[in-house]
Amino acid sequence: MSTSLSGPGSATQTPGRGPVRSGLPRKSRTARNHAPITVTGLIVKVVLLGLVAGIALWAAFPLIEAKMWTGLAILVATTAVLFYLYLTRRHIPAKYLVPGTLFLIAFQIFPVLYTASTAFTNFGDGHRGTKDDAIVAIQSSSVKQVPGSAEYALSIATKGDPATGPLVFLVTDPKTREVSAGDAGGLRKLDPGQVTVTPTGKVTAADGYTVLNFGQASARSKEITDLVVPTAGGALRSSGLSRAYEGKAIRAYDAGCDCIKDSESGKTWTADEGAGSFVAADGERLTQGWKVNVGLKNFSRVLTDPGISGPFFGTLAWNFAFALGSTGFTFLLGMAIALALHSPRMKGTNFYRVLLILPYAMPSFAMLLVWRDMFNTDFGLINNLFGVGVDWFGGSWSARIAVLLVQLWLGYPYMFLVATGALQAIPRELTEATSVDGATPWQSFRAVTLPLLLVALSPLLIASFAYNFNNVNAILLTTEGGPFAPDNPANGATDLLITYTYRLAFGAQGAEFGLAAAVSIFIFAIVATVSAVSFARTRKQEEVYS
Amino acid sequence: MTTYADAPTANRNATGKSKNRWFAQVGWRHLVGIVAVAFSIFPILFVISAALNPLGTLSSTELLPTGASVENFTNLFHKTAFGHWFLNSLLLAGVASFASIFLSSLAAYAFSRMRFAGRRVGLLTLLLIQMFPQFLAIVAIFLIFTTITDLYPAIGFNTPWGLFLLYMGGALGANTWLMKGFFDTLPKELDESATMDGASHVQVFFRIMLPLVAPILAVTGLLAFIGSINEFIIANVFLTEPNSKTLAVGMFGLVAGERNNNFGMFAAGTLLTAIPTVLVFQILQRYIVSGLTAGAVKG
Repeated sequence: MSTSLSGPGSATQTPGRGPVRSGLPRKSRTARNHAPITVTGLIVKVVLLGLVAGIALWAAFPLIEAKMWTGLAILVATTAVLFYLYLTRRHIPAKYLVPGTLFLIAFQIFPVLYTASTAFTNFGDGHRGTKDDAIVAIQSSSVKQVPGSAEYALSIATKGDPATGPLVFLVTDPKTREVSAGDAGGLRKLDPGQVTVTPTGKVTAADGYTVLNFGQASARSKEITDLVVPTAGGALRSSGLSRAYEGKAIRAYDAGCDCIKDSESGKTWTADEGAGSFVAADGERLTQGWKVNVGLKNFSRVLTDPGISGPFFGTLAWNFAFALGSTGFTFLLGMAIALALHSPRMKGTNFYRVLLILPYAMPSFAMLLVWRDMFNTDFGLINNLFGVGVDWFGGSWSARIAVLLVQLWLGYPYMFLVATGALQAIPRELTEATSVDGATPWQSFRAVTLPLLLVALSPLLIASFAYNFNNVNAILLTTEGGPFAPDNPANGATDLLITYTYRLAFGAQGAEFGLAAAVSIFIFAIVATVSAVSFARTRKQEEVYS
Repeated sequence: MTTYADAPTANRNATGKSKNRWFAQVGWRHLVGIVAVAFSIFPILFVISAALNPLGTLSSTELLPTGASVENFTNLFHKTAFGHWFLNSLLLAGVASFASIFLSSLAAYAFSRMRFAGRRVGLLTLLLIQMFPQFLAIVAIFLIFTTITDLYPAIGFNTPWGLFLLYMGGALGANTWLMKGFFDTLPKELDESATMDGASHVQVFFRIMLPLVAPILAVTGLLAFIGSINEFIIANVFLTEPNSKTLAVGMFGLVAGERNNNFGMFAAGTLLTAIPTVLVFQILQRYIVSGLTAGAVKG
């Protein structure tokens, strides 16, 4: 089955390229409406709608249990719309578009909008929840052992896996010998029949819990230190792995002044609704804040804060170079080889073709890691083959060259394939005519072959550019964005904007989701603008050549 | 070129000329082909050599195989959950590419053959959304799926189905345009005459259009398959349990810490991972070259 290339030379105008014809639909609806209802069609329809109903029911129960009425309303509405759409004989285009669109809305558009709304907040580490959450966190983390506070024997237990399950304190009241289980939600008394307690008051077994042994507990000592069990008089905290004390919160929220007071030092931190944190008179902020809208602050930070805008514009420049380089070099090499093998007198082109496109068939994530190791300074293949000791990923420029070389290897077989396909669609008479007119091969390539190739392949080149602009794998699996300047560990020489964003969002500096979302919007705007401009230009070009 | 001292000079020049002409017209093409093949193949040779290397370390691996042992392959299956990863990846990539072709071919048919309100806006929206990589919304996706995991553990984190649903979100974006371009090249008279003969729009789609667009189905299917096999960054957030990982996530873990020592196992895994892709490639081979460029027209 051969298909003609719909580019230049084919006289048919692609539908939809001209102005959209409004008005009458192309086909008469009546013919459709009198089309017979077939038995198979009916059965398929019933089965599929039955499936939809079944899935909707399955999805409804957890929503009802969790009392998520908005979710339930959306579910019911969606199901109703689906049933209406596939039982009516109208809205034929929608019947074809809705299945994909449902997924698109749920897993692409909704996350994108969610991200966009995050860009206007300070959402991130220290600003995750509401103001009340922040107050509770401040009070319980300020619990200190005060003289005369009760001491308890402590065992660490969990209901899940000893290494990862959520931790529970099992404590024994020294006076009443009552055992309670406590976690971040508070204390619950346990039935004495369900627990085994040693004479010293230490719990060694409890029904439904796995008591951690000393080794397991000490492996998770940080979590144990951080666990605060709120009680009526303050909170329980561990001191070591076998004792717990009930302490008092020395910091408390005062609604009168909308501030946090420290009962020991007397210092106060007043709530700043604009920044979503409690700030003292001397400018000190408490780490636990809450999520607030900050308007355009994240966007202005990207453009004006020297710590962010400096790397941002440098990264942007390299990002363009990387995307253009990846696309351009692969295209040039792929096209050159396609041209070389495209000759009626060549034998064995198929043999070359099969071997050439092997890189395209190899799993790229694995080959990126293999290339990373081939560039290894000490025992990498590249240095061994050429007998040099270049620290490839250590220098900015050598790392950039290495990354582009890897992209070239991964990408040129694809370009070779599409260029071969496009060359086969160019009529031979055209190039023959030029040579009859006395043109050199180079002239005929410049005047005939290349323009036709570019017209056919420009959409693919634009798509490749857009893909490479955000090619996370290419960087994260090779250089991981490095090498990093010693003064800026958040931004490396080979970082693309998207890997930089990833580090902002999840990096060691503390998560800054709001800022990362703002950078995401910048990235999107840049790629969309570049693609729109190039699409407009290629369309003009097509009109020139066709 | 061998020459004899007593041979006439004219003769010598003639053979020289024809050799040169052969080189100018055909020979250099073979040279380019050979150099290109060498460039393509040497990293793959290196991987094969590492996979067969009995020591299984990066530092002891040469470009050409120095030994032949299957120890790396056996270690891979005994010491890691490679079998699970392989099946997870195959299931995920297979189902996801099939479903995404189906969804986008439905949409492409509507965009190509029907005229309705919002058609142009819909096409442009798809083009724009496709430029917003899903990964940029990873924070939002993470929060959404935290809720989903609480409500429906069956499609949450650590299941292939959660990832499958997420990949379906991008099903329309990339492929619909490519397919629509291909649908546009089919003559309208085909479906019009079928409609006149009393076929419903469903019959036209399944019996007439789909068989005719097989090349583009093959190509988008291949691209989707390769795409999901290689998707690492989102899968890495989603899959944390050893048995639920895909090949990309699992094998990254192999060389993340112990780079040098696990390199042989990693190379063996790379070769095994290539098998499904190469098979899909071979099956779809005859469609690929024509299909790759054919849909590349803008609406």
